[in-house]
Amino acid sequence: MSTYIQPDQNGHFGPYGGRFVPETLMTAVIELENAYEEAIKDAGFQKELKHYLTHYIGRENPLYYAENLTKYAGGAKVYLKREDLNHTGAHKINNTIGQGLLTVRMGKRKVVAETGAGQHGVATATVCALLNLECIIFMGKEDIARQKLNVFRMELLGAKVVSVDQGSGTLKDAVNEALRYWVANVGDTHYIMGSVLGPHPFPKIVRNFQSVIGNETKRQFASIEGGLPDAIVACVGGGSNAMGMFYPFIEDKDVSLIGVEAAGSGIDTAKHAATLTKGKQGILHGSLMYVLQDDDGQIQEAHSISAGLDYPGVGPEHSLLKDTSRVQYTSVTDQEAMDAFILLSRTEGIIPALESSHAVAHAVKLAKEMKHEENLVICLSGRGDKDVETIQKRMGGHSNGETAD
Amino acid sequence: MGKQRIDEALKTCIQKGEKVFIPYIMAGDGGLDKLKQHLKFFEKAGAAAVELGIPFSDPVADGPVIQKAGKRALDAGVTLKSIIDKLIEIREEVKIPIILMTYLNPVFAYGVDRFAQDCLKAGVDGCIIPDMPFEEEAIVSGPFKQSEIALVRLVTLTSPEARLRKIASEAEGFLYAVTIKGTTGARDHFGEETGRFLQKVKSLSEVPVLAGFGISTPEHVKEAGRYCDGAVVGSKVVQCLHTEDYEEITRLIEAAKGKVMA
Repeated sequence: MSTYIQPDQNGHFGPYGGRFVPETLMTAVIELENAYEEAIKDAGFQKELKHYLTHYIGRENPLYYAENLTKYAGGAKVYLKREDLNHTGAHKINNTIGQGLLTVRMGKRKVVAETGAGQHGVATATVCALLNLECIIFMGKEDIARQKLNVFRMELLGAKVVSVDQGSGTLKDAVNEALRYWVANVGDTHYIMGSVLGPHPFPKIVRNFQSVIGNETKRQFASIEGGLPDAIVACVGGGSNAMGMFYPFIEDKDVSLIGVEAAGSGIDTAKHAATLTKGKQGILHGSLMYVLQDDDGQIQEAHSISAGLDYPGVGPEHSLLKDTSRVQYTSVTDQEAMDAFILLSRTEGIIPALESSHAVAHAVKLAKEMKHEENLVICLSGRGDKDVETIQKRMGGHSNGETAD
Repeated sequence: MGKQRIDEALKTCIQKGEKVFIPYIMAGDGGLDKLKQHLKFFEKAGAAAVELGIPFSDPVADGPVIQKAGKRALDAGVTLKSIIDKLIEIREEVKIPIILMTYLNPVFAYGVDRFAQDCLKAGVDGCIIPDMPFEEEAIVSGPFKQSEIALVRLVTLTSPEARLRKIASEAEGFLYAVTIKGTTGARDHFGEETGRFLQKVKSLSEVPVLAGFGISTPEHVKEAGRYCDGAVVGSKVVQCLHTEDYEEITRLIEAAKGKVMA
């Protein structure tokens, strides 16, 4: 029986969500909504999407029993949903392929997107290369300096990367600039939103494209263990991998769902990205949601070692799921995430993305408290190759043969 | 007061056969102490009303000039609260209608009810909220009605006719016709499409229609006046105030007064 139907037809998740965008964009978001609703009813579109998911992205990816990590934690059996094995190395492409196909369907030839660390930018540039779409990516000046390799990757794929030095030169400023670009070029350009953020219908579209994660997990778990897992853990920045994983389990009340935010240097410091834990309701980038802001409603900077979690808002559906307590949200510090990054590398030979390491860190704590016969699934949203340099620096940064400073 | 003060000011202007000129200024750019002086200047120079921008950290509808002005104001510690307090202090000495242009989040953080009540005390007559389309107005409409704050709505080149009609039918104060696909700021010339758009909006609207976004020269002001009731000038005014070029501002206002109009 279906009882959880979100969002409503105006894009509201309870008090959250909506379409808080300049009037110039209203026609485009309504057009996108109509195009999406038509597309998902079209067997041809579904077939094409399935084709790319299977043969281009490499789905389905494994639900892997992490035996060594299970032994290490000494409690519940731990499974990893291997989104890190997707083409381009993360869950982001599940969404960009879907939105890329929508762009073509709407007859638009250009795509604009924002990126923080560059993962969504790379996934967008990849799909644009595949579908022969012009691609422009806005990226904060600071992030460009930190992620040179990803910038080059996007350029290699044919995208134009534009440096944003307004504001603090990070992700939220890149979103502002990408929105401004979209306002000015809305006639022939689609905005590929990278997370379950932004004006309706983006939070719904991105969740639905990402739901392939949860749907596969459900099917795979039933065939391996039978029944449902006892707990599922995913990291939450904007919240797309978590939403895609959780959504198919929302009505399975016996499954605990846990979202892990980035606590940065600690949630009692000024440097964190724990929006659901420390933020309050606000409006940013088209949506009403939990936002990190000061008393005057000015948006604050988020801080996390993981660029993918470094955003001062969180999807409207997560905001609702927090209020209804269907999902429990917690947070993990930079240090704990780094420890988990190393732990998974050494126990399983899997280098996780720093984002996903937040989920791993909390999951290990949780597994310890659970019984041996219980099962826990971690959404391993991406691989950590991109983070190796960051970790090397933080570990005191030297390779064999070099001397430490 | 409120809506009525805007209606009367615009009516007076239009009845004189002049076009309406509304400058946009960023509250607190150059310090809040300058606010009274700026408002008095525009009152004396013949502006019909003043649009007072509230600085915001993430102004997605604004181009570089207004972004920078907002940042200067925020860096000087200006807040919505301090702006309202300042208006309460000086309002009796300034007669010109005041319309706040603010993104929704500062209002939301302030509390919509309290904001509407304080607007009444501060003599704020209207509000423009560029990131709140028609569909989301319920979030402010009750308290705004109660305080008789005119909610000035924007229509754009991308709004289909059915949507223009819907927005026009609810219009309060004036209709703000956005004449570029883009953010606030300068442009080269006034396209033919713009003229047709303004005429269409004018034909659908019972309240005055003012052109805005990208109006930056006396020629633009005159051009806008051919198709609608006047213009809002933002980035150019902000820039002129920043460099204290009052002469250029006077030329912009003169252009609306019809003295040099064909």
